[in-house]
Amino acid sequence: MDTEFIAEYIPLYVEASRLTISIGLIGIVLSLIVGLLIAFIQYFKVPVLRQIAAVYIELSRNTPLLVQLFFLYFGLPKAGISISSEGCAIIGLCFLGGSYMAEAFRSGIESVGKGQEESALALGFQRSQVVRYVILPQALSVSIPALCANMNFLVKETSVFSVVALADLMYVAKDLIGLYYKTDEALLMLVISYLIILLPISILAALLERRLRYAEFGN
Amino acid sequence: MQNLGIRVLFMGNNFARLLGGLWITIRISLIAVALSIVFGILLGMLMTVKNPITKALTKIYLEFIRIMPQLVLLFLVFFGLTKSFGINLSGEVSAVIVFTLWGTAEMGDLVRGALISIPKHQYESGAAIGLTKWQVYCYIIIPQILARLVPLAINLTTRMIKTTSLVALIGVVEVLKVAQQIIEANRYTVPDSALWIYGTIFFLYFFACWPISLVAKRLEKKWKTA
Repeated sequence: MDTEFIAEYIPLYVEASRLTISIGLIGIVLSLIVGLLIAFIQYFKVPVLRQIAAVYIELSRNTPLLVQLFFLYFGLPKAGISISSEGCAIIGLCFLGGSYMAEAFRSGIESVGKGQEESALALGFQRSQVVRYVILPQALSVSIPALCANMNFLVKETSVFSVVALADLMYVAKDLIGLYYKTDEALLMLVISYLIILLPISILAALLERRLRYAEFGN
Repeated sequence: MQNLGIRVLFMGNNFARLLGGLWITIRISLIAVALSIVFGILLGMLMTVKNPITKALTKIYLEFIRIMPQLVLLFLVFFGLTKSFGINLSGEVSAVIVFTLWGTAEMGDLVRGALISIPKHQYESGAAIGLTKWQVYCYIIIPQILARLVPLAINLTTRMIKTTSLVALIGVVEVLKVAQQIIEANRYTVPDSALWIYGTIFFLYFFACWPISLVAKRLEKKWKTA
């Protein structure tokens, strides 16, 4: 182990981690929005949009992110649509994550009994109020474990972004291996960086899940 | 039609080559899934043992494998083993190792979940009506576990097929690499082939995974009520 080498190249990893985190964060937020939209399209059975959403979910869930990125980054420019590396990464992550988030939201919304909605309507709530005050709060607490798992999954998926020429953690590690042949050090730092990024998310998810289990029993 | 990039697919045996590339990733994932099911069942049973040491060890294994991106694991095995221990593995072999390790962790957790989801009274009622321990397992416990496990294991297969696309990044010549070769070879004659080739691969993956996930979904629904 060459500690000097590690110390010298830590800044590169910090920089790359920042990129991974920021793109992951933007991707997660966007996919949450997309997911929620799709979940409601399906819940309210909006015609046409609903079929499009169903096709989208199947397409995105059954193809790997790597292939989606290749299509976005290398394929689309041939059709005259050029997107920057960051753009591709974010669009790809959002395309992939949207369907996973949608499924998580959908299962949450489905778990809220029909009686809840009908009672609220009977009390004179408007549809938007029903969603805002009755369905969403209950649905969210059910779907949070799945949402957390998806966030973890999406951050892990950011590891393929080196193929669209983004200098993420994998890219830095591969670079260092290629340039200096310091494989052990480069890989060690890679593993540690990912642990630092991903461990807090999964611990937080576990804590949140435990709290929500109390909510289920009404305590 | 002459100017469309899609004609590159029908030149020579390009389409067959793409399918051949896809088969390589599918073969890796099938081998890995088969091995993971075997090891996963063992791991799952091990995880229900009430021994603090095995519990801690399996927990660490599970958490580490599941928290690391699969690409990092691939790098660890493919580049790390070579450098540190002088073990030279081909890309395919390291892929099989990594995806077996990962699949075992996932499968182990599913098996553990299925095992502890069987309520204790199932064992006790079985014993109460005079079944031997062996009969209780054969006729009561294992069928219930299988009903829970099979859809999840099928789902794992699609995830495996999707994740094995990563092997392109450790130099295995699979569908994406073949695509790059085809695109490079036709760079001058068909400049816009990339759009069509990558689009085709997108749908190849889709049609490889979609039927499998449909089966999983159907089985899950069917056996839930049983």
